Order: sequence, then structure tokens, then C-alpha cells
Amino acid sequence: MSDGALAASGITRGFSGAKVLHAVDLSVPKGGVLAILGPSGSGKTTLLHILGGLLRPDAGHVELPFERPAFVFQDPLLLPWRTARGNVAFGLAGRRLSRAERLARARSMLVKVGLGHSEAGLYPHQLSGGMKKRVALARALVIEPDLLLLDEAFSALDVGLSREMQQLVRLDAQERGVTVVLVTHDLSEAVRLADEAVVLSGRPGRIVTRLSIDRPSRLRDDAFVEEEIRRIAGQEAIRDAFRPTLSG
Amino acid sequence: MPKISWRRLAGGGERRWGMLGLAAVVALWEMGHSAYGDFVLPSPLSTLAALGRLASDGDLLPAIVTTMRDALSGFLAATLAGSVLGGLAGRSMPVRAMLQPTATMLIGVPAIAWVVLSLLWFGGSGLAATFSVAVAAGPVVFAAATQGTRTVDGGLRTMARAFRVPLGAVIVDVYLPHVLSYLLPALGTALAMSWKVAVMAELLSGAGGIGDGLAAARAEVDTAKTMAWVIVVVALLLVVDRLVIEPVRRHFETWRRGLPGETA
Ligand SMILES: Nc1ncnc2c1ncn2[C@@H]1O[C@H](COP(=O)(O)OP(=O)(O)OP(=O)(O)O)[C@@H](O)[C@H]1O
Ligand SMILES: [Mg+2]
Repeated sequence: MSDGALAASGITRGFSGAKVLHAVDLSVPKGGVLAILGPSGSGKTTLLHILGGLLRPDAGHVELPFERPAFVFQDPLLLPWRTARGNVAFGLAGRRLSRAERLARARSMLVKVGLGHSEAGLYPHQLSGGMKKRVALARALVIEPDLLLLDEAFSALDVGLSREMQQLVRLDAQERGVTVVLVTHDLSEAVRLADEAVVLSGRPGRIVTRLSIDRPSRLRDDAFVEEEIRRIAGQEAIRDAFRPTLSG
Repeated sequence: MPKISWRRLAGGGERRWGMLGLAAVVALWEMGHSAYGDFVLPSPLSTLAALGRLASDGDLLPAIVTTMRDALSGFLAATLAGSVLGGLAGRSMPVRAMLQPTATMLIGVPAIAWVVLSLLWFGGSGLAATFSVAVAAGPVVFAAATQGTRTVDGGLRTMARAFRVPLGAVIVDVYLPHVLSYLLPALGTALAMSWKVAVMAELLSGAGGIGDGLAAARAEVDTAKTMAWVIVVVALLLVVDRLVIEPVRRHFETWRRGLPGETA
């Protein structure tokens, strides 16, 4: 495939003998949004790292035709010795921009994630968990990525803020045709943002269900989201996939 | 209640406590002097007078310049070689495996042995002191740089790779701040060591410097002069530490303020 799609085939990966992912096939068309769901420990983060080229699969192949990938990691991974603004600007370190320009872009992106002038100068240890997550999101968005990989990017935020950040990502992605892969525990997040979702089963992780959500994401209102969640949660395969975490 | 006033005294006047400690040392010194007499322990005042004589004879300044040159040139060489090699060793297992045993061995060699060897190799030139200092302090810097580089957060490295940050920026923004928290204390130690080794080398080589002055004072059996030279060395070390190392430390550690377990 060479139409700008993210494609992975036969992805298998283990850590010290224990198989974590087994024969995962995926493809996300350019500008598409894929959600990866699954119980804790099912290999979602591992899969995302493989899709982003940060981790080599034991077997299988990833096609990654992107110039500017951006990550939001599950841990925010901010530089402890840089302020929020400096951390966002670090995303731009590889670009031919003046320092002032980098910092200016960082500042305006921080405003978009709801962090104002007073927070921009704070160090990570002075920020709350949700603020750190938003700094990490700003660092990813500021580089104007063509591939955006989000690992539970909205999980440390309250409902209202999380909806706002989702909106920000959705608009930005649609405007510039960004390909997005997001890992989440939250079915409603997947239903709001994704065109397609895959559900991993636990140990070793493999895809047990693929879902597609056909209505364009800008037309999905609360009623639609609720309806979809009910429909999806009713499926046998999904309940099976999540059962291990529910009943031990 | 007494607890609170203690804390206020300690927190408000750290410098005052330091002065008090120094004053206690001087008082003990004076007491030692009255107990043992001028030959064993000249009084603080006569030491100061000897220091004044050194200055007025024109011995002081050239000696300071020479010792500064010997100590700082060796320290600089140790810092450069130690941090570059240490950085490489921290990142690459083969380099580390190759250099670590050598560094451990070098740390084990007594500084005075380096002085003797370098006098044999370089003769009485100033190079002997520089070399002794570099080879004595280098492994200390190397060990700290290796340890610092090895312990850089793997997550941050992955993050930098994910954002395709160029190598220069990775070194400056990801490695350096972390490595410095290991390196700066080691540089303080290495600097103090440089001074001691430089003086030792000068004492044996006779090519000028404070060590040479010490040797002369010993030959003249002049205890006051000897103590005066000691004071000069210590003062120099303190001045350089406060003027060079301390500002660097403060500059690079501002972000730590307010971190749990750190005082502002
Ligand atoms: N670097 C590693 N070394 C060893 N094992 C690892 C490593 N990374 C992940 N694993 C193992 O792989 C499995 C999947 O981990 P992963 O982080 O991908 O799960 P996840 O689906 O993202 O879980 P969560 O929802 O809790 O974030 C876990 O059992 C974990 O112990
Ligand atoms: Mg995870």
C-alpha cells in the first residue's frame, strides 16, 4: 500500500519469552482515526509503540509513510528540567525555527489546551497530573503532525476537560488530514473520535473484534454516542475481552 | 518553644553558623599555640604576618599564578577527557567494558605515585604537574559521567526519538541536565584534588608555585610561613569553587527548587 495509509501486518511481539501480541493486522487510511481498546495488560501500549516505529516487532511488518509523527505517551514523559513551555517547544527541536518562534508557538498551543501564561512557566513537578497530560498533548499538536499516536491521552482529565481536548484533537486532525491512532479504556472516547476500533483480548493480545462507526465524527451527538456504546457493549466478544479484568 | 528558635537561627543565618564554626577553629588554634609554642603552632596572627611578608616580598603572586595554571590546566584536561569518555562509556557497553577497569585501576594509584612518575617522564617542567593532576582527577570525572549517562531516563530518550529530535538537542536537553547532577559534585571533588596534587607536584619538582614555596619554608624550618602557604591554597580553592563551580551548579539546578526533598 502506498496511498499514505498506516498499515501493519502479522505483528507479533514478546518480552523475555512471554508473548504480548499475536498476529495483529491493522490498517488506517490517511486521515482516518483508529481506536485500540482492550483490558489492561493486553498490549495496547506495546502495539502503539510498534505502530510508531519505536519498538521493533518480533515478526510482521509496519508501513509508516509519515514525515512528522507525534506521540502522547501513557506517562507524560516531560523533561523535569524544562518548564511547560520549554517542554512543548522541545517537540519543535528538529525544526528550522528561531528559539523565539518555537517558544511563541509553544505558548499559543498551551493556551489551546487550557494552560495560560502562569502555568507555562512552571516545571513538571509543579503541575497536576492532568496538566502534565495536557502539556504532553500540546507538545504533540504543536509540531503539526501527520500521524498522531495517543496513549490514554485524555484519561487523567475530568469529563468536561476531556471532552474539550477530544474536540481539539478532532478538529485539528480533520483540518489537516492527520492520521490518528488512539489507545483508550473509555468506550465513549472511541465512539466520539474513531472511525474504526479494534478490541484486543488479553494474553497474548490479538484482535478479537473490529468495529466501525460510520457517522462522521462531527455529527455524533450525545444521544448517538450513548446509543453506540450500548450497542457495542452488548456484543459478546467485547464482554469476553473485558471479563478478565472484571472478575479476576 | 526552644525548637522553633533553633530553626529560625539555623535557617535565617546559615552564614552566621559557618562563621561561628570558623571562629571556633581559630580559637582552638590560638589555644594550641599557647600550649605548644611558636615552633609547633605559630599563632594565627603571626601566620597572617608571614602571609603579609610573602606578599610584600613578591613571592605570593607568581606562586599563585603558577599553581593556578598547574591545577586548572590539569583540571580542565581531566574534565574534558573524563566527561567525553565517560559519556561515551555510559552509552556504549563495549566502550564501558574497555575503559571501566582502567579507570578503576587509575583511581587506585596514589596521587604521589603519579607525581613521581610524571617527574621522571616530564622532568621539572610545568607539564609534570599538569599531567599528574589530569591523570589523578580524570578517573573521578569519568566515573561520574559514566554513571550519569547510564541512568538517563529511557522513557525520555524514547520520547526524543519519537519526536525525531536531532542528536545535538538530545544531548543538550535530555542528557546534559541529568548528567550534570552527577557531574557537578564530582567536579567539585576533582577541583579540590587538582589543587592538592598540583601543590604536591610543585613541592617535588621545584619549578615554582605554592608547592615550591612550601618546600622552601620547610627547608627554612619556618612553620609560620608553611601555614601561610596552606592558607593561600585553601583560600584559592574556595574562591575558585565559589566563583566557577557554584554559579554553574545554581544555574543548572534552578528547576529543582520545590522538588520534594529539596530546599529552596
Ligand atoms: N519493556 C517491557 N519489558 C517487559 N515486559 C513488558 C514491557 N513492556 C510491556 N511489557 C509487558 O507487556 C504486556 C502488555 O503491556 P502494555 O503496556 O502494552 O499493556 P497495555 O495494554 O498498554 O496496558 P494498560 O492498559 O494497563 O496501559 C504487559 O504484561 C507488560 O508486563
Ligand atoms: Mg498502556
